[in-house]
Amino acid sequence: MSERRPPRSSAHELERYAGLFASRTRVMRSSAMRDLMAVTVRPEVISLAGGLPDTSTFDPALFKELMERIPSAAALQYGPSEGLLGVREAIVSVMAAEHMAVDPDEVIVTTGGQQAIDLVTKTLVDPRDVVIAEAPTYPGAVPTFCAYEADVIQIDVDSDGMRIDALEETLAALDAAGRRPKFIYTIPNFQNPAGVTMSLERRRRLVAIARERELIVLEDNPYGMLRYEGDELPTLRSLEAPGPTDENDFVIYTGTMSKILSPGVRVGWLVAPRPLLAKLILGKQSTDLCSSTLAQHFVAEYFASGDWQPYVASLCELYHRRRDVILDALAENLPAAATWTRPQGGLFIWVTLPDFIGTTDLLARALAENVAFVPGEAAYADGRGQHAMRLNFSSSADDDIREGVRRIGKIVAEQVALYDTLTGRSRGGPAAAGGERSAGADAPAAPEAALAAEPPGGERLASVLHLPRRGALGGQRSREA
Amino acid sequence: MTRVAVLKGGRSLERQVSLASGARVADALERLGHEVVSIDVGSDLVSALREARPTVAFIALHGRGGEDGTIQELLEHLGIPYTGSGVHACMRCSDKVLTKHALSDGGLPTPEWVALGDVAFQDLGAAEALDAVADRLGFPLVVKPVSQGSALGVKVARSAAELPTALVAALSYGSRVLLERHVAGPELAVSMVCGEHGARAEALPIVQAVPRGAAYDFAARYEIGQTDFVCPAALEPAVAERAREIALAAWELLGARGFARADMILGEDGPTVLEVNPIPGLTETSLLPQAADAAGMGFDELVERVLADALSRSAGAGVG
Repeated sequence: MSERRPPRSSAHELERYAGLFASRTRVMRSSAMRDLMAVTVRPEVISLAGGLPDTSTFDPALFKELMERIPSAAALQYGPSEGLLGVREAIVSVMAAEHMAVDPDEVIVTTGGQQAIDLVTKTLVDPRDVVIAEAPTYPGAVPTFCAYEADVIQIDVDSDGMRIDALEETLAALDAAGRRPKFIYTIPNFQNPAGVTMSLERRRRLVAIARERELIVLEDNPYGMLRYEGDELPTLRSLEAPGPTDENDFVIYTGTMSKILSPGVRVGWLVAPRPLLAKLILGKQSTDLCSSTLAQHFVAEYFASGDWQPYVASLCELYHRRRDVILDALAENLPAAATWTRPQGGLFIWVTLPDFIGTTDLLARALAENVAFVPGEAAYADGRGQHAMRLNFSSSADDDIREGVRRIGKIVAEQVALYDTLTGRSRGGPAAAGGERSAGADAPAAPEAALAAEPPGGERLASVLHLPRRGALGGQRSREA
Repeated sequence: MTRVAVLKGGRSLERQVSLASGARVADALERLGHEVVSIDVGSDLVSALREARPTVAFIALHGRGGEDGTIQELLEHLGIPYTGSGVHACMRCSDKVLTKHALSDGGLPTPEWVALGDVAFQDLGAAEALDAVADRLGFPLVVKPVSQGSALGVKVARSAAELPTALVAALSYGSRVLLERHVAGPELAVSMVCGEHGARAEALPIVQAVPRGAAYDFAARYEIGQTDFVCPAALEPAVAERAREIALAAWELLGARGFARADMILGEDGPTVLEVNPIPGLTETSLLPQAADAAGMGFDELVERVLADALSRSAGAGVG
């Protein structure tokens, strides 16, 4: 037709690309969930899905002041791979606040805590090496482990964190098979996503196991400073090396500015046994030479400008209140068959639904109600977690948390009622809504008002889905303390 | 040169796929020398269209709102010609039950099914109704949301015990479910595209999906390397011919325009139609572009032909 023959984009090219992809991309899977999550960014959606701190709490005047103080020429220049000294000193002070004594030259500044996980995996893991993680584990760690083709083995958590007895069984089984994990990944404080905290007893045992077996533990502690109640527990790092002269042989520690200052600055860090440091720095050089110098100068100026702890205290106060709001809302709105964790800090609650409810499918229903959560399967490398969800309570206003949980409660109740109807567990016509939930010992009175307040004409499933439950599962509400 | 609004995104559950389709279409249109305005469809669509003043809209939306006749109806009112099927055909295709009734009434093969809405659960008594349905269709049976594409919410129940969970999942996507007899066999996709200058639609070479995993699920549908596609499918000529005949008959029956894709299974009794997609995926891994390519038609040519079809309607007896 014309001379300007447009370039063709063809299936043949596609096949050529398919041949180009590294084999590790095979395990980088898309999922229905990821596509559903694309809808959650819309403004009308109340998202309890993100892991976001509330950055609106940071004083804009201070932000401006700090930016003005940043030395332009230095901030616009490359920096050392291990990070600016000022930032490493700030990190030392943050770790001191958590009772860890480290030297600035043991610290590597990373581009967020995510890069710390990536660097450790890149440095230690060959394809098919075993990495042990918690079940569930941080959803952002799963794709990293998979990208390096690790065999991820996940150890169940309970209300006291990772089950060390199960860990020992797994280690024994691996021994028997002649395998040995490259490292054990754990988030001991207010774990993402489960919200649980590892008990002191288990921390001691884990450190002892690491010593005995000479295993690396990657301790990820983004939320340690965000404690709302209960006594502070020592980090694994401080248990292994209590004093400044004690050798830290097996714990790699990673922290982040994301939850105590800002995730936008993308400043995290690694503290590793000295023999590992050099390799980790080489790994970082090949990834990004250095973390953003501009952002590091901002962090350095912030820590130089005065006491950083009052801001963290103000965040704790805010998130503490929001945690209470979401716990109350869950008790009010979720049916008896649901259970959830009760975090003493951090940003997340893990809700477990009856096993006939799949949370990825439920998310589709939730999005129709303009509310979002993270389906549990994101926290597993092996497809488990299908009946659980992660809820974030730090980044939404109190009323949005209440309303979001009310909507989730409503659709879960619908599905429970539907399942009961389908299995013949509950019969009868659409009776009064009062039987909807059995008040547990500490559950407030059922909020009929909230149910009745549903707007007329709103899109809803058939009334069969609203059949009251007849207490068949009543009184089973349980919570992990 | 034509001013084309590419409608993409939206808030359907297939938003992400649609963004990919839309971006690819926009690139093609620009290569073809058209003036392109890409619109991520939202509540400001009408004002965005008024501002953009396009000659024609290329609808690259998938799922609810985009291919169920909603946006088509809106464009009719605004007097903007658009690509692909009209309102009625979209409604019939996006509702799997309406599709199956149309196919079945027209004598075309489709697996035996039962559609259950909320009313059926309520009035018949769900447990009894399900027993009867299961007896009729047998296990395994496939449970699908009535109006949802991309295999979202599709479950296979292998036994009566698995049925309630599958129904709960499918009902997450809407208030009606389709229970369908499971037909074992290779999955075939027959893509169709309108003829040039008003000529009859043609069926393109058949794509056969050979999943590397257990089933052709959501991941397989959109990820390179999860599924092997054979195009043209290695079928006996008579079987391939029959599949294309059925697909074109479905096109006529449903009143499709522009392009469409019939998804089939090649069972023991020959090809049988699962669904007809009025706006097939146009991503790099989508089946329609692959089929077009196998027929020697590049993506740009495909886009141009579908666009010309839309424009020919505006030049004729007005829109609609």
